[in-house]
Amino acid sequence: MAKQSIVPFGPQHPVLPEPVHLDLVLEDEVVVEAVPSIGFVHRGLEKLVETKDFKQYVYIAERVCGICSFGHGMGYCQCLEKIMNIELPPRAAYLRTIWMELSRVHSHLLWLGLLADAMGFESLFMQSWRLREKVLDLFDMTTGGRVIFSVNCVGGVLKDMDQTMLKTIAAATREMEKELRPLAETFLKDYTVGHRLRGLGVLDAEHAKLMGAVGPMLRASGVAFDVRKLGYAAYGELDFDPVTASDGDSFARCEVRIKEIFQSLDLIRQAVGKIPDGPIAAPVKGNPNGEHFMRIEQPRGEAIYYVKANGTKFIDRFRLRTPTTSNIPPMLEMLKGCQLADVALLILTIDPCISCTER
Amino acid sequence: MANKLAKSPWLLHYDGSSCNGCDIEVLACTTPLYDIERFGIINTGDPFQADILLITGGVNHQSESVIRQIYTQMPDPKVVVAVGICACTGGVFKDCYNIKGGADTVIPVDVYVPGCAARPQAIIDGVVKALEILQNKREAYAAARRGKA
Repeated sequence: MAKQSIVPFGPQHPVLPEPVHLDLVLEDEVVVEAVPSIGFVHRGLEKLVETKDFKQYVYIAERVCGICSFGHGMGYCQCLEKIMNIELPPRAAYLRTIWMELSRVHSHLLWLGLLADAMGFESLFMQSWRLREKVLDLFDMTTGGRVIFSVNCVGGVLKDMDQTMLKTIAAATREMEKELRPLAETFLKDYTVGHRLRGLGVLDAEHAKLMGAVGPMLRASGVAFDVRKLGYAAYGELDFDPVTASDGDSFARCEVRIKEIFQSLDLIRQAVGKIPDGPIAAPVKGNPNGEHFMRIEQPRGEAIYYVKANGTKFIDRFRLRTPTTSNIPPMLEMLKGCQLADVALLILTIDPCISCTER
Repeated sequence: MANKLAKSPWLLHYDGSSCNGCDIEVLACTTPLYDIERFGIINTGDPFQADILLITGGVNHQSESVIRQIYTQMPDPKVVVAVGICACTGGVFKDCYNIKGGADTVIPVDVYVPGCAARPQAIIDGVVKALEILQNKREAYAAARRGKA
């Protein structure tokens, strides 16, 4: 047996923008075990719910993470709407769907860029982020913010989109689709990318389910599981099927995310075509009393929200289980047996969001 | 020649306990649309080669020692830019039990860039302001060394 050595990885690391620390136990160049330690981004947001008004807390929930910001706000608001028996106006549901899918496009493009950067494919990183700016322009146009735009409120949304905006969005999605094609071609057909990603970190369907993988990671292993199919917001009225791939390796995860961008662009166009007229928010009276669970599909996978209210304006407990939390155990399993040089790339393929995980 | 070299400061980014919002805006600064590289700036991952430290997010009890370590690893003269309102004062997370406050509770900060999330334009503006401060510090540093010799 070769001599074992321990290499610390992180928290400040050039490839991952977020701080995460792993102790990698190596035998020569091969990882035999990875021991994570977290807490570098822990702020204690869940506790803050006890001292903030339940309507104010929407802004805090949106700042759990800057990438899936809209989804967190939406999950929290949906919980409260169920507790308080508020019926979400149909227009608000569609607006939420449009913003949520735009968030997914921007998150996946961001991830593709980071993946290219981790492989050393600098121009592909730049191209992915160039395309991503188009989504941010749409956010800027509709809400005034680029990454955190605070349009959710309990009972609906705060801002409406007029007809011109909706037309611009539909036109922009078609344009983005056109620009995404050559990019997707490079990711899926380029020899270098395939060489680096194929066969790396294989997770079969059985293990993925057993270890609780969620989102694109689970779908890349061939399990067609997408929480959007539950039909929250306006998803019940839109036509789509979960994107899956069968190989379960890093390449399959890349493929699933690229196809999901196309799917999201299509969903946005469907929503823009079907959006009804009407109010964008329902009135909120009194304080919430009761508890509720809610699941939504974030760009990284299934997120679970739990709110327990006690009849005052302060909430007893807000709990959030983020997709990265459930993707870390399969990631640690994947790291076993990989080369040291592949560690950063493998961690990236689960699309880790440490700031969600630690809150 | 020395003057030209002086204008290529390298940048290091560390996420104190940010929500990612400012982090991705810092990264967006390096992409062609905002292109921070036109100022001769390269985003490096190595504290030993960095002149400017960008901190996003407030400081928590665990990241405190990491930030202090990165700061001491950077060679003198150096400047620190606090990006986003959390790095400036703690922002919305000020009341959280695990947040100490802004970046200036741990290390000296030269430039504050407010905003939630700070826009790329604001970040670039802050970095350009930091360049001036860096130049002044360099001159003062050189003068002090000449005085010693």
